[in-house]
Amino acid sequence: MSVLLQQLVNGIVQGSLIALIALGYTMVYGIIQLINFAHGEVFMVASYGGLATFTLLPDDLKKSPAVALPLMFVGGIVVAVVVAVIMERFAYRPLRNAPRLAPLITALGVSVFLQEAVRVWYPNATSNLPYPKVFPEGNLSLGTISVPWTGVLLVVLSVGLSILLQTYINRSRMGRAMRATAQDPDTAKLMGVNPDRVIVLTFVFGAVLAGVAGVMFGGYLSNINIDMGFQNGIFAFTAAVLGGVGSIRGAVIGAFIIGLIKTLAGQYMPGGTQYDYVWIFIVLILVLVFRPQGLFGEPERVRA
Amino acid sequence: MRKHLVKSAAIVGSTLLVLAACGSNKQEGGNAGGSCDTSKGTLTIGVVAPLSGNLSALGIGIKQSAELAVDEANKKCTVKGYKLAVSAQDDEANPAKGAQAATKLATDPNVVGVVGTLNSSVAQTVQPILRDKKIPQVSPANTNPSLTRGNDFLTAPKRQFDNYFRVCATDDLQGPYAANYLVEKAGKKKIAIVTDGKTYGAGLAAELSKQVAKKGGTIVGQETVGEKDTDFSGVIAKIKGLAPDAVYYGGEYPAAGPLSKQMASAGLNVPLMGGDGIYDGKFIELGGKEGDLATSVGAPVESLATAKAFVDAYKAKFGKEDYAAYGAFSYDAANAIIGALGATLSSGDWAESKREDMLTNVGKYSASGATGEIKFDQYGDSTNKVLTVYQVTSGKWKDVQTGEFTG
Repeated sequence: MSVLLQQLVNGIVQGSLIALIALGYTMVYGIIQLINFAHGEVFMVASYGGLATFTLLPDDLKKSPAVALPLMFVGGIVVAVVVAVIMERFAYRPLRNAPRLAPLITALGVSVFLQEAVRVWYPNATSNLPYPKVFPEGNLSLGTISVPWTGVLLVVLSVGLSILLQTYINRSRMGRAMRATAQDPDTAKLMGVNPDRVIVLTFVFGAVLAGVAGVMFGGYLSNINIDMGFQNGIFAFTAAVLGGVGSIRGAVIGAFIIGLIKTLAGQYMPGGTQYDYVWIFIVLILVLVFRPQGLFGEPERVRA
Repeated sequence: MRKHLVKSAAIVGSTLLVLAACGSNKQEGGNAGGSCDTSKGTLTIGVVAPLSGNLSALGIGIKQSAELAVDEANKKCTVKGYKLAVSAQDDEANPAKGAQAATKLATDPNVVGVVGTLNSSVAQTVQPILRDKKIPQVSPANTNPSLTRGNDFLTAPKRQFDNYFRVCATDDLQGPYAANYLVEKAGKKKIAIVTDGKTYGAGLAAELSKQVAKKGGTIVGQETVGEKDTDFSGVIAKIKGLAPDAVYYGGEYPAAGPLSKQMASAGLNVPLMGGDGIYDGKFIELGGKEGDLATSVGAPVESLATAKAFVDAYKAKFGKEDYAAYGAFSYDAANAIIGALGATLSSGDWAESKREDMLTNVGKYSASGATGEIKFDQYGDSTNKVLTVYQVTSGKWKDVQTGEFTG
């Protein structure tokens, strides 16, 4: 029983990380129908941004987590946002009216570019880099179950930010503009919505979440590497598809489902941890067979 | 100066003779091979190792140590008439990249031998490419026994590649040696195994588990993690439920370090043990904790008189002691190729027809190297079967037991 509970908790923590990244995929897809494969790398770059911020801090600040940690988040988020905005402006905007395949391939190219850029230019990025110990240490213990405090923080941030995002999109003026652009960009434009602004803002939101995820990843797992964006990006993309691309709620729920399948299949299914990825994709395939639009997605509309 | 020379002609004259004979580095500084005759051109020793990526700490140690051996050979004019050079190719610890690197070296007629690879899985693709060109390959670090003796290495060993040699002990010794230490010396009876599923890690763990059973211990569970996995909480929760006394990890430090750290934070406070793939300072930096164990091939470099000269020379050349786990082995591997080349060329100039002799001479090579006696048996394995257990103590690897596996 305690093993089951522990694995449920582990799955939720892993799902929280995936959810933060998956939101970036799903929002961008919702607005411009682009699968932004480079989003996983934005998450990776943010992690290195947080680390670089820490490295650049004066020595006395490094010793006080209360100052260093928020600054690392700021640093990671700023790097992620700058990268995402540049990416949108120079890689995707010129292709906005091109056939869908063109921006998709561009996204793959941007992804490879970012990964190699960090590998080449970030000092010692060719191997895993340890993350600074400024995060809360120790575990939250509930009976036989224990979660690192960083894991708890990850869940809180992930759930909190998802709710905030959902509220913003449903309630605010800008959120309404986003929904309008998603529904029909041309009509939205006629109604006075500036689509460029909406799209940039969408990328910025995705990048902020990826920035938080990147820094939290370093804190939770204590070291980072240039492959982290690819691996977690694939899971996040899968989560977005599972939940229904374009749906905020779907992405978060999809992410938790993936986290839970991974830990529970590793524990209980034959083959154990060797086959946990297999089960994730079996579930994905089954969902797509019976519900091609994903759990919470809307069937694709044909645009006039 | 000249007057001084005249005055003590006898002394200085004899000194000069010695200097000329050994090509002391005092005479160096000019180009064109310094004092040695290099009129017949340049011959190349290839290196195939991960120079980038997660295992680059090990790979760069291999490359630089081979360079050191070649440098010294050039200074000493070991190979008459030729200058030696190193051509280092990056395999990124990836078998496909290793094949590309090997092909590149194999198409160069001046490549006389190859030092490498680090990974057993990469060796599997490199071996046949080099064999087709009869290029000797001396590995400093491949520990999978099937590379030399085939899949039935215990019951029906059969030489696999007549061009392949290695200077390190193998996993059929390393795994059981670790098992003996865990069960008999450290009293850990219940062992959980985690591997990354690659040739090296899975092979090592398989050899360990046989010996654990033989010594009366039990393997309580066996799990596999992805090579690029970063969050091990699921695996850890699973093995924690089995209450092991120790966890054995078959794989390398990029995953082992974080795994050890996450074990501790999940409340699984038992030592993690691994093979030579985790025996690196990076393991501790990435989360390896006090009390974690590793076996590695050979005796501790610091304890061998023969190794001291290597360490000093390495430090003098590169400034740092980052030769990593396999530096001394790589130095010995390069020297075996250089020694065999010297013997091969004693009967004429380098030509494609010399490749057969070259293989024979590597097989016959015997010398006292930085890691001890360097000699190969009929399968191409090292006759030096010394292994060492290391433990993380005060943030550093410290040797706790050195010996040969005796059963």
